Amino acid sequence: MASKVIQALYHDDDVLMHAVKKVRAEHHHIEEVYTPFPVHGLDKAMGLADTRIAITSFMYGCLGLTVAIVMMNYIMIEDWPQDIGGKPSFSYLENMPAFVPIMFELTVFFAAHLMVITFYLRSKMWPFKKAENPDKRTTDDHFLMEIGVHDNEKELTDLLWETGAVEIKVTEKES
Amino acid sequence: MYTFSNRLKIGSFIAMGLGVIFLAIGFLSAPSTVEEAKAIVAAHDDGHGGGHGQEAVSHGGDQGHGESAAHSAEASHDEGHDAAHDEHLLHQLQNKPWAALYVAAFFFFMIALGVLAFYAIQRAAQAGWSPLLFRVMEGITSYLVPGGIIVFVILVLSVMHMNHMFVWMDADVVAHDKLLQGKAGYLNPTFFLVRAAIFLGGWIFYREYSRKLSLAQDESDDNSNFVKNFRWSAGFLVFYLVTESMMSWDWIMSLDPHWFSTLFGWYVFASMFVSGITVIAMVTIYLKSKGYLEQVNNSHIHDLAKFMFGISIFWTYLWFAQFMLIWYANIPEEVTYYVARFQDFKLPFFAMLVMNFVFPLLVLMNSDYKRVNWFVIMAGVVVLAGHYLDVFNMVMPATVGDQWYIGLPEIGGILFFGGLFVYWVFNTLTKAPLQPKRNPFIEESRHFHY
Repeated sequence: MASKVIQALYHDDDVLMHAVKKVRAEHHHIEEVYTPFPVHGLDKAMGLADTRIAITSFMYGCLGLTVAIVMMNYIMIEDWPQDIGGKPSFSYLENMPAFVPIMFELTVFFAAHLMVITFYLRSKMWPFKKAENPDKRTTDDHFLMEIGVHDNEKELTDLLWETGAVEIKVTEKES
Repeated sequence: MYTFSNRLKIGSFIAMGLGVIFLAIGFLSAPSTVEEAKAIVAAHDDGHGGGHGQEAVSHGGDQGHGESAAHSAEASHDEGHDAAHDEHLLHQLQNKPWAALYVAAFFFFMIALGVLAFYAIQRAAQAGWSPLLFRVMEGITSYLVPGGIIVFVILVLSVMHMNHMFVWMDADVVAHDKLLQGKAGYLNPTFFLVRAAIFLGGWIFYREYSRKLSLAQDESDDNSNFVKNFRWSAGFLVFYLVTESMMSWDWIMSLDPHWFSTLFGWYVFASMFVSGITVIAMVTIYLKSKGYLEQVNNSHIHDLAKFMFGISIFWTYLWFAQFMLIWYANIPEEVTYYVARFQDFKLPFFAMLVMNFVFPLLVLMNSDYKRVNWFVIMAGVVVLAGHYLDVFNMVMPATVGDQWYIGLPEIGGILFFGGLFVYWVFNTLTKAPLQPKRNPFIEESRHFHY
């Protein structure tokens, strides 16, 4: 199904922020904003729900910590008991200080990598995927706001010119 | 302008009064003879005999035994050792009120010094977010003067043999100790006091001068005071990094004069830095709750809480780096330090780790919680208690050994210095407007938003 959208381009992130606030104040639904760099506070201005990636990060960290503990316990204590630092206690707890760096590193490793993978999956990004970006210039120095058109093209266009858009076009979009 | 609320003022006086009484009880009940010391220990626990052998092992590197070797040359070995051990016990019990006084005096002094370092970093970095908090920081660093002088007086009294906290100050001990003789060029009472005077002089000078420039900036019509303050702060940081490290060797590490750790200065620094930042956050939140500092928003609190979280992790990193190397290598002369703590200080040692690491890690991890004032206050109270315990663990094992407990003199020390700290800090806060007028970054700080 193709839907009709209006795309407004901006030169400056401050102008864009004000435009986003104004469009939202007029109760139009902004579908997406494309920016060349992360704009601070844009998510709040657009009214996007808070990211939940921090929660996944915490869970991945816990998973990494568990993997490290189980792994070191198997390798260094059970499978081939090691005499660590001249203290042959063969107990995980008593040798724990030696394992802390590994526990820490695996926590960070799991949290970081799985968080990035989660982010890609959630954003529906994978290798060779065709870019969704409607205008190449948003990877350089332009900002693009996309709004769905529901028989109010004229009204929207006027509003967007008013907010300081430098270019406006109406296109059909596959979705 | 801030006015010191009467309730807080009276509260601080009551705390000081109670503290003095508790400390006095501690000093008066300390034994003056070996017989009294033995009676106290016998009354306290009957199971002490079992711990004796262990204690002798854990204090193998201790200086009381350097003495014991000397004395036992005359008498038969067993008798001499027992007598020396009893004397060692007497010294430990006599040290108790002194150590309680010293831990609390150092702890509150260290908060002011940590805030001074944080303040100098903000100045040297020309940070845009923090100028609204400068008066709060200046108020807290004002405690450097009374706190520093009190610590200095305690050190002078130690040099005058009023107590036995620093064993290397005892010429008799040094005469029978090869290691201490080797260190005597650096670790001798005169040079020790000279160094302490230089450290304190430098810190107090920077604090007073920077405060003067900061107040002058409000009245001036150019930024020359601000620029001067920037230069002095950068210079101070260099001075501070060197002197803080040496201070930690002198005032704390030399309590165990045979033992050494190369990152001890950093470790103490992390402790004072996180305590200082915590106190900045707590004082700011208190003043805000009373309707002052209305320009300070929750992004400022968020940033302070981020520092509390980050520096708590940094402290843990240093604590662990120091612990793991010593634990792993297991060299007798180094590992005695931790053996003493594991055997006799299990509770404060592990409680400190939970309070300084696990608690702030879990409580302050969530970004939203860092903006909730009562959450930051609650985390701050635990962090401060944890770092008091940290200083306790650094000082007590070398001075009182297994005779520690947190009783009247310890609580009295906290009350007295806590009361003095609150009185001095809030009294200074009344002396100048809480918001700097002409700091070039004040607009940025006012609009600080994360």
